[in-house]
Amino acid sequence: MEKFITLTDTAVPLEIENVDTDQIIPARFLKATDKAGFGENLFRDWRFDKNDEPNPDFALNNPEYKGSILVAGDNFGCGSSREHAAWALKAYGFTVVVSSYFADIFKGNALNNGLLPVQVSPEFLNELFVEITKDPSVEIKVDLEAQKIGIPKKDISESFEIDPYKKTCMINGFDDIDFLVSKLDAIKEFEQKKSHKTQATTPL
Amino acid sequence: MKKTLFDKIWDSHVVESIPNGPDILYIDKHLIHEVTSPQAFNELKERGISVFRPDQIVATADHNTPTENQHLPVKDLLSRKQLKELTQNCEENNITLYGLGHPYNGIVHVMAPELGITQPGMTMVCGDSHTSTHGAFGTIAFGIGTSQVSQVFASQCVLVQKPKKLRVNVNGKLKKGVLPKDVILYIISKLGTNSGTGYFCEYAGNVFEEMSMEGRMTVCNMSIEMGARGGLIAPDETTFEYVKGKEFAPKGEEFEAIKAYWETLKTDGDAEFDQEYSFDAEDIEPMITYGTNPGMGIKINGSIPMEGGKSDAKALAYMGFKPGESLLEKPINWIFIGSCTNSRIEDFRQAAAYIKGKQKAANVNALIVPGSRQVAAQIEAEGLREVFENAGFTLRQPGCSACLAMNDDKIPAGEYCVSTSNRNFEGRQGQGSRTILASPLTAAATAVSGKLTDFTKHLN
Repeated sequence: MEKFITLTDTAVPLEIENVDTDQIIPARFLKATDKAGFGENLFRDWRFDKNDEPNPDFALNNPEYKGSILVAGDNFGCGSSREHAAWALKAYGFTVVVSSYFADIFKGNALNNGLLPVQVSPEFLNELFVEITKDPSVEIKVDLEAQKIGIPKKDISESFEIDPYKKTCMINGFDDIDFLVSKLDAIKEFEQKKSHKTQATTPL
Repeated sequence: MKKTLFDKIWDSHVVESIPNGPDILYIDKHLIHEVTSPQAFNELKERGISVFRPDQIVATADHNTPTENQHLPVKDLLSRKQLKELTQNCEENNITLYGLGHPYNGIVHVMAPELGITQPGMTMVCGDSHTSTHGAFGTIAFGIGTSQVSQVFASQCVLVQKPKKLRVNVNGKLKKGVLPKDVILYIISKLGTNSGTGYFCEYAGNVFEEMSMEGRMTVCNMSIEMGARGGLIAPDETTFEYVKGKEFAPKGEEFEAIKAYWETLKTDGDAEFDQEYSFDAEDIEPMITYGTNPGMGIKINGSIPMEGGKSDAKALAYMGFKPGESLLEKPINWIFIGSCTNSRIEDFRQAAAYIKGKQKAANVNALIVPGSRQVAAQIEAEGLREVFENAGFTLRQPGCSACLAMNDDKIPAGEYCVSTSNRNFEGRQGQGSRTILASPLTAAATAVSGKLTDFTKHLN
């Protein structure tokens, strides 16, 4: 996994609440058996109309908005567990998603793919929307080490929470498989203990 | 310390807790399907790691399968390739696969419980958010992403922060025509789609205690639609009776011994929850959704709320509805009875009991898709096929079908579909389709009248 430490970039505002993973990547694109190519179908049915023409009202099609930070409405990533949603956002070029709330499974999937979910207060989210739409060239700084997100030019910032274990993983580019494989002896020991207890039918 | 049902199962499966981090949680059963597993198998191959506990994994093909002519090669080449990879991956790794055509094949959350793979007190995962279904057995079951699927392949464990605890109580007597689907749609309409985020939900109260296992599965299935990672119900005699005698359930003395353990799986009196809600059963009526998330629900004879933000307006524009509007008498051209929420035998019995002797309205396309081959066989054995066919309904072969429209079972753009599935997201049942979530009974009644009606008046 790629390392993530800090990022300063412009952002794309997606002022819609409850963006579900079916919108991020519609089910008809889930037939692939590898991780490549999902970026082109990110938000497919919002980005393109039924004749496959770009929808000019959609934020990602607005030439003014560019950058690797997606700022989205409350409860981003709800619905299906498809990790294809995280792959699609990453492949399209996003590295950070900001929202006032993330669905659990999406959040985990994002962290497992080097896509940083930054949860901010509803007030701060609103401030970000206002500043980005006022000036699309405004830069947002995300500092994972300090757990801070802000607009340096406007001198506004807020702290964000992240699981300390996942923070270490993101900063160092570690992933969970390596960690779990290093724990196989403890897992085998647990299995022994567990099967013994189940046979005795006592609560584990 | 007093423990909840959730604590008891979780704590007994923690291999190790990482200080200030997640738990290493041991997984008893891992279910896989064709859509979210191929990249996980690739990951393992690339790293040269083998599957650690293949005996604890069961595979089925369900999401991306046709519901017609399952004996023929799959027409869609991408789907065929995905199914072929599942077969190859299972063969190479000694994983049991109940593929298309196998008597045990079906939707992963229908086939595992009916085979006795799902048992109380277990931890279960699957690369599918509706894995919460299995919580009906007093099981910690939750959906995971593909990276986690590869983690479970490699270690039979997941790294996960212990969720907070939520309890939803429903007590009282349900009204006539109110099904488990209405109960969960009502709860989600009251609490919203992110009220459960960060929580695991226990459902308690006499309404759930009196429900069949099929009904409990419908309720737990939709826990994720309020954001909860999973939902669970304490196992009781109903649970034990359901599991007993199932193909992979413990037998004889072994069953009696483990049952003694299962009986301990309940929340201690005075155990604490981080959040708790209570509802009266008498307040619940048949429910429908009017928007593009499952929290946007109203009573079938209610009206769409007047107030709402920008996102609500977007949802109503997509659905072609207006604030304050009643949906009664709204013509409906499609109904779908199926999906991991409502495709078990009880769902079809309820629909058939209403349909028997009636005809679907001429404008309606009515699609019935059983959850598994075993359910399909039961439909046949109980004579329900004749009921559906005589009424003009189309009965298909098992699979996820029009719930997510990965195969050819799609609702045309602009059309409304009263559907027993779990998600009314934009385009979920086909590009431009408009989904109204409801119970099997509401779907059956809509098919007969060709429009949304307050059918409870006509129930005996």
